[in-house]
Parts: sequence; C-alpha cells; structure tokens
Amino acid sequence: MSHLLDRMNFLQPKELEQFSDGHGQVTRESRDWEDVYRNRWRHDKVVRSTHGVNCTGSCSWKIYVKSGIVTWETQHTDYPRTRPDLPNHEPRGCARGASYSWYLYSANRVKHPLVRGRLMKAWRELRATMTPVEAWTRMQSDPELRSSYVATRGKGGFVRASWDEATELIAAANACTVKTYGPDRVFGFSPIPAMSMISYAAGSRYLSLIGGVCMSFYDWYCDLPPASPMTWGEQTDVPESADWYNAAYLILWGSNVPQTRTPDAHFYTEARYRGAKSAVICPDYSEAAKFGDVWLNVKQGTDAALAMAFGHVILREFHLDRQAEYFEDYCRKYSDFPMLVRLDERDGKLVPGRFLRAADLDGALGEDNNPEWKTVAIDESSGSLVSPNGSIGYRWGEQGEWNLEERASGSDVSLMMSLILDECHDEVAGVDFPYFGADASPAFSTGDDRPSVLTRNVPIRRIKTAEGETAVATVFDLFCANYGLDRGLGGDWVSDSYDKDVPGTPAWAERITGVSADKIVHVAREFAYSAEKTRGKSMIIIGAAMNHWYHMDMNYRGVINMLVMCGCVGQSGGGWAHYVGQEKLRPQTGWLPLAFALDWARPPRHMNSTSAWYAHTDQWRYETLTTDEILSPTAPEGDWDISMIDYNIRAERMGWLPSAPQLRTNPLAVAKSAKEAGKEIPGYVAEKLKSGKLSMSCEDPDAPENWPRNLFVWRSNLLGSSGKGHEYFLKHLLGTDHGVLGRDLGEEGRERPKEAKWHEEAPRGKLDLLVCIDFRMSTTAVYSDVVLPTASWYEKNDLNTSDMHPFIHPLQAAVDPAYESKSDWEIFKAIACKFQEVAPELLGVETDIVALPILHDTPAEIAQDQVRDWKKGECDLIPGKTAPNFVTVERDYTAIGDRFCALGPLMDKIGNGGKGISWETGQEVQHLRELNGVWEDGPAKGCPKIITDIDASEVVLMLAPESNGEVAVKAWEALSKTTGRELEHLARPKEDEKIRFHDIAAQPRKIISSPTWSGLESENVCYNAGYTNVHELIPWRTLTGRQQLYQDHLWMRAFGEGLMSYRPPVDLKSITKEINLDARDGSPHVVLNFITPHQKWGIHSTYSDNLLMLTLNRGGPVIWISENDATEAGIVDNDWVELYNSNGALTARAVVSQRIKDGTTFMYHAQEKIVNTPGSERTGKRGGIHNSVTRAVLKPTHMIGGYAQQSYGFNYYGTVGSNRDEFVIVRKMRKVDWLDGEAKTKEAAE
Amino acid sequence: MHDFLFGIFPYIALGVAIMGTIARYERDQFTWKTSSSQLLRRRQLVIGSILFHVGVLVIFFGHLVGLLTPIQVFEFIGISHGAKQILALVVGGIAGVMALIGGGMLFHRRWTDPRIRQTSSFWDITILALLLVQLVLGLGTIFVSIDHLDGHEMVTFMFWAQGIFTFDAAAASYIADAALVFKLHLLLGLVIILVFPFTRLVHVLSGFAVPFRYLLTRPGYQVVRSRRSTPLPKRSRPASPKQATAKSKSAPPSGAAAGPAGWRR
Repeated sequence: MSHLLDRMNFLQPKELEQFSDGHGQVTRESRDWEDVYRNRWRHDKVVRSTHGVNCTGSCSWKIYVKSGIVTWETQHTDYPRTRPDLPNHEPRGCARGASYSWYLYSANRVKHPLVRGRLMKAWRELRATMTPVEAWTRMQSDPELRSSYVATRGKGGFVRASWDEATELIAAANACTVKTYGPDRVFGFSPIPAMSMISYAAGSRYLSLIGGVCMSFYDWYCDLPPASPMTWGEQTDVPESADWYNAAYLILWGSNVPQTRTPDAHFYTEARYRGAKSAVICPDYSEAAKFGDVWLNVKQGTDAALAMAFGHVILREFHLDRQAEYFEDYCRKYSDFPMLVRLDERDGKLVPGRFLRAADLDGALGEDNNPEWKTVAIDESSGSLVSPNGSIGYRWGEQGEWNLEERASGSDVSLMMSLILDECHDEVAGVDFPYFGADASPAFSTGDDRPSVLTRNVPIRRIKTAEGETAVATVFDLFCANYGLDRGLGGDWVSDSYDKDVPGTPAWAERITGVSADKIVHVAREFAYSAEKTRGKSMIIIGAAMNHWYHMDMNYRGVINMLVMCGCVGQSGGGWAHYVGQEKLRPQTGWLPLAFALDWARPPRHMNSTSAWYAHTDQWRYETLTTDEILSPTAPEGDWDISMIDYNIRAERMGWLPSAPQLRTNPLAVAKSAKEAGKEIPGYVAEKLKSGKLSMSCEDPDAPENWPRNLFVWRSNLLGSSGKGHEYFLKHLLGTDHGVLGRDLGEEGRERPKEAKWHEEAPRGKLDLLVCIDFRMSTTAVYSDVVLPTASWYEKNDLNTSDMHPFIHPLQAAVDPAYESKSDWEIFKAIACKFQEVAPELLGVETDIVALPILHDTPAEIAQDQVRDWKKGECDLIPGKTAPNFVTVERDYTAIGDRFCALGPLMDKIGNGGKGISWETGQEVQHLRELNGVWEDGPAKGCPKIITDIDASEVVLMLAPESNGEVAVKAWEALSKTTGRELEHLARPKEDEKIRFHDIAAQPRKIISSPTWSGLESENVCYNAGYTNVHELIPWRTLTGRQQLYQDHLWMRAFGEGLMSYRPPVDLKSITKEINLDARDGSPHVVLNFITPHQKWGIHSTYSDNLLMLTLNRGGPVIWISENDATEAGIVDNDWVELYNSNGALTARAVVSQRIKDGTTFMYHAQEKIVNTPGSERTGKRGGIHNSVTRAVLKPTHMIGGYAQQSYGFNYYGTVGSNRDEFVIVRKMRKVDWLDGEAKTKEAAE
Repeated sequence: MHDFLFGIFPYIALGVAIMGTIARYERDQFTWKTSSSQLLRRRQLVIGSILFHVGVLVIFFGHLVGLLTPIQVFEFIGISHGAKQILALVVGGIAGVMALIGGGMLFHRRWTDPRIRQTSSFWDITILALLLVQLVLGLGTIFVSIDHLDGHEMVTFMFWAQGIFTFDAAAASYIADAALVFKLHLLLGLVIILVFPFTRLVHVLSGFAVPFRYLLTRPGYQVVRSRRSTPLPKRSRPASPKQATAKSKSAPPSGAAAGPAGWRR
C-alpha cells in the first residue's frame, strides 16, 4: 500500500532459508516493483497488420494498442505450416519493421490538410465571390497569381486547411483541367500496389473515372528487367523464398539477401545447412558475401562479361564436348534453340536476321492463320521444315495448338537444335556479330582494340523461300558462335581453350571483370554440374543492382542464358530469382477492375513513367547520349540517326508506347467535333492526324497545351526517392529553386532532336497543382501545393502480398487514423464526391477518346511483324494496327462519387480476365451484392456497394482466382480451351475455397493456383516461376512460345542485342569540361562511379527519416567510399563531402570503408533531404538527394511494341530509368552551411 | 525576523524535506534518479563529477560531525575549539575548492552544451547553481573566521544546530551576533534542505542504501524472492531412480515431505 511502510520491515527476518550450500538464499521481500514491468508490457488489444513500403517482406505483425495508442509491434508467428521437409516461414520481420510505430506519433507526422500559404490566400480571396471552378480558372489565367505559389514550392509556408476546403480546391482544379486541356492532363503517381492494394486502387479508381493518367512505377524504378518480358513474355515471375531451400546451388548475384530480404534470409541459411553450395557475386564485401563458399568481386557494371564466360564454360562442357541429356532435352522443348533464323546479307557478309516464319515459305507449311507469326524449325526424324506448336501465331485466331507438346501440324516431331553434323548443313559460312567490348569509356577500358564486328563460322542451310533462296541457321548454332566457342569449324574469334583471350572465354572475362579465370571456370562447372545431377535445381538470386545499368538487358540475359542452358527455369529449387520490391500483386485480376474502374469504363489511361518524366521534366533537353554510341555496326539500313526522344515519339506514334497527354487537342473537344462531323471516332482521329489537323502531344512536350497540369503523388516519395533527375523535376516540372549545373543542348550548341519540337526557352513550372498524400512530411510533401494526411499502416484496412511468400496479408486499423488523417480510400472518396459536386458547372456526360497502345496479351499484339511508320508514308494509319487505337469512352462527370462507391455494370456485361484469357463474373458480382449490399437508387442503382476499405478488399478477393476457388477453375478452363490441354485439375481441389477479409485477419492465407501466374502453390511444390510452362506445357507468351534467347525485332538487331553480349557502361558525360575544371581549383577530389543500393537502416521496411533507424546509423545522409579513394581526396571518415556533376549536387557524410571497391561510391537509396542535409557549396541550394546527380536516359530497344512479347503492358514493358552509369566528383566540403537563417518575409494565409 | 529565519524556518525546511521525500518516494519512484547526462557528453563530466562529489562529501560529513557532535565529546577527546576550527578551515577549504572547481565544470558543461541544456529541467540547473553559491559562501566564511581563531564562533553554531534538533526555543539567539556571511550560508543551507525532495538531490539517499546490501546481507550467489512467509519443509535428498523404484515396491511413499503437496503450500 505504501512503498515506505512496506519497507519498514526491519524486524522481520528477510532470509527464509539457504540452499546450495549457502550459494543461494530464499528471501522474503516486497515484489511489487515487478508490477511496473508487467504494466509496461500490458496492452488492451493486439491487431494483425503489416508494413506497406515496397518491402518484399510482407511480414505479419502484432500491433499492440494500449489506452487507444499504438505502443509497439512484434512479429506474428502463426503462419500456416509448410510441408514436413521444408522449414517454416517464421521468423519474418526485421528491425526496420519493428521501429515503424514510431511514425504514428512522431513530429514528422502530417496532422492536418496543409496548403501552400500563397495558394491558400489567393484561393480564399477568389472563393469569397466565385464558385470553385471559377476561382481555379481565374487563378490559372493570371500568370502572376500562378507563379506566386509555383515558385515557392519547397520553401515552407504551409497553412492548415479543412478537409472540405482542401478537397474542394483539388476537385475544382481537376474539373477545370479536364475541361480546359483534357482529362489526360491529370496525372497520378503511386507505386507498387501489392504493398497496399486498396490505397493504390482508391487513387487510380478516382483518376480512371475522370479519365486521368495512372503512371507506371516498376519500369521507372528500373526494377523491371526488360529481359524478362523479352525472354518469357512475363513481367517478372520468381520463386518464393521458401524455394531457395530446395536449391542445390545458389548464386547470389548483386543481391544482398541478409540486408534487404531480411525476413527471407533464413531460408538461405537453412539451404546452406541442408548442404547447398553458394557463390556470391558483388563488387563490395556485402553482408551476403559472408554466406558464400566463394565471393567473386566483379568490377561493377561488367557482369555481362562474367555471365558470358560462365556460359562459355557451360556450353563447352555440357552442350558441346559432352551433351548432358537433361540439358539437351530441356533446351529442345523449352527454348528457342531449334528455331531457324534467316541470315541476311549485308555488305556481302551474313548477319542474323528475323526468325524464319511459315509465311516465308511457299504454301506457308499449310498454316493459314497468322503464318507470319509462326516460327519454323527442322524435324530431326524427317529432316523437313515444320512449324512447331506453341508459337504466338497459334495463340490468336485458333484454339488447341498453343501448347508446348512436341508436335507440329498434328504429328509428333523432335526438333533439331544444331546443324553441326555434316549431313545437316549445306555449308559453313562466316556470320557477323557485333562486338562492343572495345568501346568502353576510360573508366571501364581494358585496352581492348578488337574490331567492332567479329566474323565467326556457323553451320548453315540454304532453303527456298517464297522470295528466293536464303541462308538459315539455328539459334543454338548462332548462340555458340556468339559465345566464342570453337566447334571445329575453323575461322577467327573462337577458342578451344579457356586461357585464350578471345571474347567469351574466362581469360577474356578476367581482364574485364577482375575475377580470375579459374574461379569463373570453377563456379560455372559447379553450377551446371549441380543442375545436371538435380535436374535443374541451380538458382540465381539477383537484385536490381545489375538491372540499374543502361545495358541491364545484357547482364540479365547473360544470367537467363545460363539458367536456360542448364534447364533450371520452371524447376523447383532452380531458376531466376529476381527480387526488387513488392512487385507481385497476387490477386491481380481481381484487383484490376476495382483499381482502374474497369467496371464502369474500359480502357483506363496508363502511361509509362520513364518516357513521361523524361519528356515532362525536360531531361531530354540535356541528352548527351547519341545513337551512334549504342547502335550496332551490323545494324540494317535505316534512319537510325535520331535522338532518344525522337525514338520515343516514333514509338508512341506507331502505337508501341502509350502517350500522356495523348493529343494536343482536348479529347473531349475532338469527340465533340467528330460527332458534329457525323463520323466514327477512330476514323476521324486517323484522318485528322494524317492531315496534320491533329497532332500527338509527344511531338512537342514543352507546349503549354501538352504539360501535365495536375499531379497526385500518393504512397510515394517521388521527389525524395524515385525521381531520377531530381533537379530537373525541380527546375522544369515544379519551377522552383534547383541545382542543375549543366546546360541544355540549345545552350551547348549541340545537335537537337529531329522530331521533338525545340523551344528556345524551356518552360519552368509545368504543374498547376501538386498534391501529395502521405502520413509523414516527406521530401515530396515539402515540395507539394497540397498535403493531405493519410492513415498509416496501423490505421487502415488493406491487402498486402509479396513475391517472397504465397500468403495474402491484411493491413488493419488497430486504431483510428490519428489527428485529422483519413485512409487513402476515404480521401479519394471525398475528392470524388467533391468532384461530383463542383464539376456539373462545366462538365456533364462527355465522350472521351483514349489512345490505346498495342497491348501484350491481346490479339493486337501480333500487329506489326514489320516496322513501318505511317508518318513517313511507309504504311497507312490504321488505329490499333499501325498506330494507337482510339477508343471511345463515355464518362459521367456528374456521378464520379456515386460510381466510385459502386461496382459498375461492366463486370456483369463483359466479365473479367487477364493475360489473354477471360471469364464471366456474374456469380461473383451477385455474391458481392449479397455481401456488401446494393444501391437502391441513384446512378449506381442495382450495383454492389463499395463504401469502406473492407468492402473494397472483398471486391478484390471475390473476383480474383487466387482467392476464390470457383474463379480459379473458370480461369483454368479458359486457358484449357486456348492450349487444348486439360488444366482445371490444378484448381479443382480448391474450388470451394473462398478467402474473405476476415479470414486473412485471423491468419495469413495461402493463395490458390491461377493461370495468370506461371507457378503453382500446392502441398507438393513451392511457388516457382515457369513451373506450369515446363510441367503443364503451357507456352511462354513470346513469339516462339518458348524461352526466347534470340530477339529478332528490327530494333533489337539494329542496336546489337539480337543475342546477349557484353556492353560496357555508357558514357553520360556528366563530368563536363567546365565542371572538371572547377573541381581542379586546388582542392583534392576524386571522380567515382555513383552506385545507389538499398540500405540497411531504411528501405525496405521503413523510410530513412525514422529516428530509431537514424540513431543506429549516422543520423543523416552518408556516402560510402573506399580507403584509397578517400586518401586521394583527403577525406577521413565522417567528413562532410559534396558529390556533383552536371545534373546537380548532393551533400553527405563520408563512410570510409574497406568494403567498397576502388573507383565507386555508394549512396544508399532514398535518404531524405529533410534530415540533416546542409547546403551545397556548388549550387548554393540545399544539398540534394541521391537522384540529384542522376538523369534518366532512354534506350530505344525498350520502346519496341506491337511485336508479340515486345508489346506494351503497364509496368510490363517500356523504357526504364537506369542510373548506374553515372560518375560524380567527390570532394571534401570546406564550409558546412546549414542555410538556417531567418526567413526574410513572413505572410499569413488570410 | 532573525528568530523566524533561524528558529522556525529550520523546522519548516526539515519538515518539507522529510514529508516531501516520503511523498516522492511513494508517488513518483521513477523520478528518483541522478538524471545523469553522461550519455549526451562524457567530456568534463568524469573529472568534474569526481572533484565535485569528493569535495561535497567531505564537506557534508565535516559539517555533520562538526555541528552535531556534542561539544563534550571534543572536550573529552581533548581537541581544543581552536584546533577544531583550524582543522575545519583547512580540510573544508581544500574540499570546498575541489567541489567549487568540479561544480564549476559541471555547471559550465550543463549550461553550454546545447543537448544537455535542452534536456535539463529547471531544478537541474537551479540546484547546481544553489550548491555553487553555497560553496562560495562557505569558502567566504574562511575570511571572517581566519581573523579569530579561538573557535568561539564554531561553538555557537554547534549550539545552534544541536539546539534545533533538541527543540531548544532559544536556538536562534545563539547565533544572533554571527557575521552576515555565516547567516547567509546557514540560510542557503536551509533552503537547500527545503528544496531537497524536489530535485535530483534525492539520489543522495539511494547512495546510502544500495550497493552495500549485496556485500553485507546477501552473500548468496542466487537470490530467490519468495512469496512464501515460511520456509519450505526440509526435504530428504532425492533418491536415485533405482533406489526409488526399489523403495516404492517395498514401502509406500514416506508422506508429504517429498510429495507435491509440499510444493503447493
């Protein structure tokens, strides 16, 4: 009762007894103090949730709530068990996730809707007398008023607003933009739906309802490996981490598993205990390096050379000198090795050309459906040409033969892989292969002076085509020649020994990569040997590190080649494990209708972000990379001498890539005039485009009509993290203070783009309104006009999945959103309702025209077997065939809010589907009516309600085959029809299973196998990509229907990437002469390759402004530098340094470490500018983020479209924002200026 | 006024100190700490803290013994008043200077280091300032005291202090003629006693209690804090399994002493 009185016990004996010969004693004293600790851990409830920060973990967490406050979190340990021979999934979670609850009540939390002061002041003044849309129109038409707030972005001065006021301002801005410029000027950027699907869907649903643009992210982050769609027709599909355990040999290539995949790393450890061998390949001594039996410290950016040498050894020892039976069999069935390639004559030499197609032959081998899309091979037994099942020509327009059975035209065949035997080839001829190894910039040069074209001997056959005789070779024979293997055919540039320095050999790779040849041979041999013994259980775990180079495709294709040669893809415990963030949205097909409002109108507007930001942030105006630096010396004749933006314009014009905005004229106005003219819309638009009356926006990105006007950024830190060319964003898109140090092409007097219109004066401040929705005051929020406070991950209901495990997780509201915040679903619902309120003044039911590129997995994907540009008169403009399709969409702008909250009628009418198959959904919609309730009247009468975030989750779970067994069966049935193979058995056992939101709240649930993915989730196998292709003979969705290692598109050949080869990093010339001179003003400095890997204390799992994590690191931005480089630049550990080049400057502290390879500097990704960042001496502005010294550069091969697997898909194919080829000057700062003087002027909002 | 300050105020100060300390012990045990700032900055702390604490402890015990020991004890031992005064002057002077230097360093550190300044409470700074002033005053008395080394003044302070504790109503009158600096020193001392329970000074009390217990009353290597009020009944040594089996065959278990009931009590 009283602490003091309780201690007044002097007269009581305290010792009861002794034990252990007096070494222990039993005492009697108050134990009340224990209650303090008991109370410390006492709580009112525990709620299951997880973290949505593009972390592949997707770990289940217990969130503890005490007195209405989230107090801490701990790992949940109730995952469903795995099989007896497989370790369980726990423990999942890491220190970053465990520190998350700090955010809820941190000082950095956004607590109220905030609006930029000057904007608020002007708005309130105008609103006093005008309606919302009048006020916004007025503000935008007054340049002074507009620039008053635009130019102050990022300089503080936010004032509080009410929700009503903030949403009204946003809705008015959107409505006016739709009316004035067109709906495709309202942009929205939000990444990685898998991390919180409903939050993503909230914004994208609103944008899609008003016709706005949803921007891609996977390609922009440069996490998308274009090599995957090229090879497999699949965005990315990978094994779950549990499958690592099944591997016999594991290569970790540029992936730091223990650091960035912490919750999964235990499977790696367990695999090592089980006896798997492991090689780790990375330039730095990473945490993963410690796990390896061998560490190959390859020079950064030269991985393709290493992969090539591995491939050289594998081919020599397992395919040529000895034919491993399993490998031969696998490659024959599942790769394009047997397919025939035409060899085109160029300057009297042969160059690999297009795949031979049935259409090239007289009679087209009897194929009348899509013969130009059916590839040809030789049948071993008959020796005749056949068109084997499975190529993309069989996928569309017919049914039953799109499969990988070894059949052609109804009879059994066995395809011939090589023409090497004397009786198989007509002659041995020299074929030209491009060689890029000699073009390396000084930092990567090895003094290689080989010619740029290497002629190697290949066995060929001459065949008669419809146009005459042509030479052909199999992919395998070309492939071996490309790897520099001597097959006894004579000729140059091939080797029969690993020690000869010939392109492709280990000795050659040693000079480039710095990895000794004997180590290369050793690892290659073990890798292939393990695969042969275990039938494909060799795996390569690969991080985005290698994918962030300009020539990432070469790195990745080198790796993929190894896996295909060894029969690893599609085998449990084997294959390509590319982990780069939470890209796997498991219930994707259920989510798509909700997210893009496909239930109300189709198609939505999608845009590939890399091309969009490249154009709209005017990074193209500073382009230093010219086509001749990357064009192949063997390129076919053509008009190749144009700039990167020009290639992108052509791609958009030919319907390869999407556009945003689409037409220079407001599409609502175009539709109106078409109606007035009484014409069909596609025809009308085509006619006007041809006559030049209409033009595409991409041709003049700087014209004010073509600017993006409104931008929503939610669940994202575009300006603090992913925005490559950060300073260009600030300068041109935002129009505020920036640190761009270089000059544009006009100022430099360099050659300008040919197709893009050049404005002498580049625009500044294209955006009218930047809205950021976040729970923390991120770098992006700081630069925004409106910041809306959103619910954190413990304050909303949502869904979360990952590629690393097969479970669907919930995010749940453990407490109500703190302060004035609301969940993303509620925020966009409020904006939608506000829009419905303010818009009718300007907009009613309108007809919109959506320019739709030629999409992968649709019949249109076989549109262009030849490259022809209508603008150059090479063909007619046929919408959907030689140009984008122009699709009419009706939008009711007076019912946006009503439609937002209801599942629209198209699900009943059209049904649902994905990846080329479709099924009806009437029953599911009816279930949703019963579950969520029905709207009794209004514009959504009879539709199921979607009012809360849980309602929205139920829509996803009900419609997705992965969470609804009945839908899974329907989906497999649909695929059975196309392939002619019975597949329903894969889902039948789970037909009655339906996963509801409350099920996953009780325990994470395993998904049901679905044909929209290439792996199975069952009691027998772990999820592994390509599994159904190999075991159920479902073709890959490529031109050949097989894993395609040869790419025959004209542009692929032109840029020398028909086959994989080593291409050194490109020279971005961002250390200009001027900047270099400036650095030589006496202070020591070094020039280093700038690498931005993922960090230990931030992403994944939390952000880098988390105080707990900052405390564990150095409390602010750091870069890593090697001891030698530091000495040279006079830098000691913890010094403040500045890194800069023509793109801008950043400031950070130096971590001097032996871990780093000389010549490189690491700056961990996404360290916030808002924490402990001083001013830059060079720019006089606050030091930037890691992307302040980068600039996005496009690659033409990523723009290819209308060509089977190389067709556009949202986040599937398209340009990617590479950033590793950049160099920076690193120099110690002389003076650290915090720029924290008093602001000169102060003003209030009212 | 003099009577109030030196006759009544001492009781108020002691009363508040005692009641306040008990109240804080009862209500706010988690605030009972030294509030060390060593984590924030180590420099200046180690040397400053040692000088200060050693000095202050010597002074504290010097005052305690010097003021509260009955005068007869000194006379019995044979220490003259003058000798006692000189001893007090020399030892107190040295310790006072040590404490002043150490305290000065601590105050400088607390005042100038922005992190420590930010994390300091009002009382953290005030109590340090009070102690420093008190040290200055205490050292200041040396200059008065050095003029008459007969020890008379010291005796009056002893009478006063002992008078306070023996509830002598005339206690205040004993020091009516003391020099101003002595009065100020006494007064500030009383103020420090008054504010004692509201400051980090309470850690002085913990200092007496904690570390010695384990040396003196806890010789055991393992301490089991039992909820029982009586010892367990003595158990016989457990027999080896073989013997146990043999026993159980021949005789029934020997009762509660070894059985589960003994555990459950």
